[in-house]
Order: sequence, then structure tokens, then C-alpha cells
Amino acid sequence: MARNPVKLLRTAVSSNPLLRGSLSARPFSSTDNSTPIEVETTLPFTSHQIEPPSRIVSTTAAELLKFYRDMFLMRRMEIAADSLYKSKLIRGFCHLYDGQEAVCAGMEAAITRSDCIITGYRDHCLFLGRGGTLMEVFSELMGRKDGCSKGKGGSMHFYKKENGFYGGHGIVGAQVPLGCGLAFAQKYDKAEAVTFTMYGDGAANQGQLFEALNIAALWNLPSVLVCENNHYGMGTAEWRAAKSPAYYKRGDYAPGLKVDGMDVLAVKQAVSYAKEHALKNGPLILEMDTYRYHGHSMSDPGSTYRTRDEISGVRQERDPIERVRKLVLLHNIASAAELKDIEKEAKKEVDDAIALAKESPMPDSSELFSHVYVKGFGVEAYGADRKDFKGLLP
Amino acid sequence: MLGALRKKSAINLLNLISSVRHGLGSEGVVPLVSTQLKSLSTAAKEMTVRDALNSALEEEMSADPKVFLMGEEVGEYQGAYKISKGLLQKFGPDRVLDTPITEAGFTGIGVGAAYYGLKPIVEFMTFNFAMQAIDHIINSAAKSNYMSAGQISVPIVFRGPNGAAAGVGAQHSQCYAAWYGSCPGLKVLVPYSSEDARGLLKAAIRDPDPVIFLENELLYGESFPVSAESLDSSFCLPIGKAKVEKEGKDVTITAFSKMVGYALQAAQELAKEGISAEVINLRSIRPLDRATINASVRKTNRLVTVEEGFPQHGIGAEICTSVIEESFEYLDAPVERIAGADVPMPYAANLERLAVPQVEDIIRAAKRACYREVSMSATA
Repeated sequence: MARNPVKLLRTAVSSNPLLRGSLSARPFSSTDNSTPIEVETTLPFTSHQIEPPSRIVSTTAAELLKFYRDMFLMRRMEIAADSLYKSKLIRGFCHLYDGQEAVCAGMEAAITRSDCIITGYRDHCLFLGRGGTLMEVFSELMGRKDGCSKGKGGSMHFYKKENGFYGGHGIVGAQVPLGCGLAFAQKYDKAEAVTFTMYGDGAANQGQLFEALNIAALWNLPSVLVCENNHYGMGTAEWRAAKSPAYYKRGDYAPGLKVDGMDVLAVKQAVSYAKEHALKNGPLILEMDTYRYHGHSMSDPGSTYRTRDEISGVRQERDPIERVRKLVLLHNIASAAELKDIEKEAKKEVDDAIALAKESPMPDSSELFSHVYVKGFGVEAYGADRKDFKGLLP
Repeated sequence: MLGALRKKSAINLLNLISSVRHGLGSEGVVPLVSTQLKSLSTAAKEMTVRDALNSALEEEMSADPKVFLMGEEVGEYQGAYKISKGLLQKFGPDRVLDTPITEAGFTGIGVGAAYYGLKPIVEFMTFNFAMQAIDHIINSAAKSNYMSAGQISVPIVFRGPNGAAAGVGAQHSQCYAAWYGSCPGLKVLVPYSSEDARGLLKAAIRDPDPVIFLENELLYGESFPVSAESLDSSFCLPIGKAKVEKEGKDVTITAFSKMVGYALQAAQELAKEGISAEVINLRSIRPLDRATINASVRKTNRLVTVEEGFPQHGIGAEICTSVIEESFEYLDAPVERIAGADVPMPYAANLERLAVPQVEDIIRAAKRACYREVSMSATA
């Protein structure tokens, strides 16, 4: 790979729309995985009550490869979950994130594990991004004891507290006040960290969101509200649910930024900017313009309220993984064959994790009564027939 | 009664002191004075429920910097019912937080803070307003430890006045003990006396699980004797244990919160008619102390449950069923329930009186259980 990156960049600039107007790389002597590469975001940021960040995002070869690998893994994981659901190994609800990977990956690149993330029920990839393992994901989805919630939670209730991931919530909008509460605690504890509260365009109209934002602004909490606007709240398009679907403006007194959520570098830039702002000046809203390829959940084909043309159109024009692929190839960070290897590795990782998860047993019956309380005082708890099946709460 | 005794001895002492000052006392009087003084200092201290709660909050906030209080008017207003008086001055605005009137929002914020590891006390001006936040109480707080298999514990206390006050009408008078009491993942406490208030609130704040702490507005101003032990800052009452307020052998009367006082009055009246009632102060709705209740009924063979709230699916329903399930052979009479009327709370004083249990209702039910009075049901 002993090529002259500077020379390549110059030829690339003129021919590639992605790099038009981007700065050329600083002169350096050797190809270095951590040498900064400057890329312009696909779209400008739109802002409300705040100066937008620069469109020029600094990245590295290593980071771009990581984005590719991580997002591809997330994509494979969700597609595999689709199959598992169809073969009835996953039951109940299953809300898939494929299409939205850039939001998760870009955010993780801009924050630390001291920062907190909380989201709703579309949480598989965010859990992975916070350091959760594929084994924990698939085991939990299939209700096995090696799941991240020991099989007690299911698809909507993934948590990883030690890495700052607080779930995993089934009630639309509830996570917003909860997230502002996490931010409150971070400020109380002088953690110098921020909470990112994810919610969808469907939740964006919830009253409790505005109640929480009001308090966050009054108390100057380090809280960033991230609206993952995939344009459909279940089957209801944003223009049918919101009088004002400009979610980044809905905070009124709170600043907002609208971001191309399919552009992982734009996401990274916006999140980094937002973190800095929230630490000093309190809450703001990031609206991520994103898209989900699947329906709302596995019981929704996703085509009764939107056209198949629209879905395939987004896949062709805006797919987040494809964009990173183009960047990687453009900067000669890896060849197409090398990318194929990464993809094969990811597929294998997913398949291996599924095989292992299938071996994981279901939780023991006694687990019915565990974790009801931290401190149960040894009180009796009853099963359906209390004279037949009861337990002691530890 | 103790208060009256104290007053009496105080008056005697004052007379004694004035007589000594006027030189009327002889040397023989001096030891008497000191004895009087000594008995005064060991006489039981009294404390209002309000002061008991205030002292418990103050002590627990002093002991643990993670404990903080939030709610409407808890700070500058000194508390809507003055329960948090002085706390803002002592602990500052970072730990005593006045919230806007947005229960859903601020309760969620409290629960989120508890997720992170702080120990919030969320005050509801009354539990009627907590209905706006009930999703966070149940779905965000009560169930989280279970859904996360122990990762996300929620060490939070939700407290405030519950049940009927006086003349506040239908939307401000509901008792929520039964609703919260049915929820696994919550602990529900119902103090009656000042000692209950201190001991149970301190236990609730120290407890690692979400606790619903149901106070009563009309009890805030009532004074109760408190033992020296209960005044110690380490004092705690166990969660899940009822207290036998008065021992008896003929009929068990269970009650909680304000109704404990009514049950004790009923017991006094019943004693005059030769019926010895055992009064149990539940103290804890969840966990419910089935052991104490059943042991009592196995002794007395008769049960009357008393509560202020709506009768259908109420606390009494659970207690009666528990006793029928576990102590059926010991019952000598059908179980009896006294509860609030099955109507929204009316405003007119006479209708309000009919909507809430009175002492005579408890007496009547106890006598029925003892086959001393034929029941005359009034049907509309």
C-alpha cells in the first residue's frame, strides 16, 4: 500500500462529488492509519438558534474502516434477527434498525463510555455500539439465560449500565425524561459527561418530552435529545402526525441541528459539537434524517404506508454503509477484496454467535421470582396457583 | 393520655417552684423538686407526624449525599404541607429542587437519576397528581430491575399525601394503596404514628428499590409520643412488618394510616361492651405482613378490615382472601370489610361523612363478627 496519498487525493477531488471542495490532505511521508483525512459532509447542517458546525469532518483511515466494519456487523445482525423471527425463534416484538446504522456508529465515534445513551425499543444496534456482544443480543432475543437481560427482558429491554447504556424502553417517549434524569445525575456527580436521549419522530410529539426539555433547560442539564427521524411513526408519516415536522426546531428555546443521518461523518461531527455545547449550555436537539428499511417491527411489512420505490430509492442513493465503502475505496484505505473479507468475517461472527446462542438454555423456572426487588426480604411470591407454585424473593 | 399526664406534672412542678421562690418551701421540698424534674425529663417526648417526616428527611439527606428531594414547592415555599421546611436552607438548591407543575416530566427525571445511582425522593403534592406520572412509577421504576435482570436498580422514594383530606372533593381524595399495592417491583408503606413516619421513611430512603410512601394530610398535625430510640438518627423500622397496636382476643381489626386511629377508638368503645379487639397497624401494604395478620386471626377467629379507599379490589379484599386461604378453619364468622363508599368523593359535609368510614362503622362490623348485632343493610 505504498502509494502517495496526496497525489491520489488531488486526482480524486476533481472527479468525485463526495470530495468536491474538500481540503487536500496535509503533506506527510508515509501512509498512516491515523493520519487525518478531511471529508465534507454530503449535506450542509441546518440549524436553529445556534451556529452550525463545520461541514469539514476530520477522520482517519482507521476510523473509516471501523465504521465500515461496525455498520456492516450491525446490518448483518439485524438481517439475521429477521430470519430468526421468521423461523419463530424470536417471539413477540422485534424492531429492526437496518438503515439507521450511521446514527449509532457516528455517535459512538464522538463520545466516551462516561457519556450515557438511552433509547426506545429499536435498541439492538445501540446496545452493540455500547460494547454489547452478538451472543448477548441473540441469546436475549431468543429468551435464553445468556442474554444481556438473562432472558427476562426481550428485544426491547437491552441494557449495559457499566458502559453507559440505559436501555431499551417500551413506552414511547418515556425514555426522554429518563434521559434528562441521567443528565441530571451526571451534573450532580460532576461527571463532565453528557446523556444522549434517542427518540423517534413518533415520540417527538409526546408531552413529557417538552416537560423534560423545559426542566433540562431551566436546570442547565448536559442533555442532548437525538430525534432519529425515520419519517414514519409506526405506519404514520411525519406530516400526518406533526403539525411541524421540523423536529430540530421544536425545542423552541433549545437550539437544534438537522443532520443527514445517513452520513456517518456528519453524525460524528454533530454529536461532537452537541456534546461540547450541552456540557456548558444545557440541552439541544439533534434531528437525524435517517431511514429504516424494515417496517416498524417484524409484524409490519412496511409497505402499506410507503412505496417500495421509496425504500429502494433510499437504499440506492443514501445507504450509509455504501457511502463509507465509497470513501474507503476512494482513499485507497482498502481494496474491494479486502472489504469483502471484512464482510465475510462479520457474517461469520454473526453466524457463530447465533449458533452459540441457540445452545444457551432457557432460564430456570426459579428465575421467575428473581430480580423483582434488589432486596426482597425473603417474602413469598406467588405463581398462577399459589398453593402449587410459589417462591421466596431473595 | 400521656400528654395530659405531662401537663398535670408540669403544673405541679410550677406550683412547687413558685412556692420555693416565695420562700415557702422547707428543706424537705428540695428533693421533691428534683424528683419532679427528673420525672419530667424522662417523660415521653411528643412529635407531630410533620416534624417526624421532616427530621427523617433531614437526617437521611445529611447521612448520604446521594439523597436529594424534588417536587412542587418543596424548596422556597418550605413544602406545600411544610414537610420539607428548612431543607432548602440547610442543603441548598442542588439537593432540594423546586419543579414546574409537570409530574410526568419530573417523575421521569427522578427515575432516570435513580437509574444512574442517585437516591431521589420525589414528592407529589398529593398522590392524585401522581396519576400523571404513573407510567414512570410502574413501567420505568417498578419493572426495571426485573426487565434488566438486576442491572438497573431504582433506589427511589415517591412520597406525599394519599387518600381523603377534608372537603377537597372527588379529584383530590382518592386512596391509591390498592393500585400500587398490586404491583410487583414496588414497596408500599403506610405510616400512622410519628414513630411510623420516622422509621418507615428512613427505611424507605435507604431501601434500594422503588418505594411508594403514602402519607395522610390530616395526620401531619397530629402529635404522638416518640421513644428515645426512635429519635436516634440510625432508627429504622423494618419494611413488611405490621405492628400490633393493641392486643386483644375477640376480633382482629386491620387498618392503616388514619384508620388506625379510628380502629383504636373503636377498640376502646368495644371494650366497654366486653369485646376485646386486637388492632393491627399494617405499616406496609407491600410486602403485606400476612404472617402477623393470620396469627392474629388464628387467635381471635374474627376479622374486620378497615380502609379509606374504594371497596372493590381494595386492601381489605386482599387481606380477607389471604385469611380465608391460610386460616379458613380458624374463622368463626364471615370476614368483614369496612371501606370508603363506592362513589367519587362528594363535597357536602354530610355526604362526605357518609363516603368515609366512621368509628361507628368499625364498631358495628366488629359486633357483627362477634354475632352481637344483626346486620340491617340499607339498600337504595
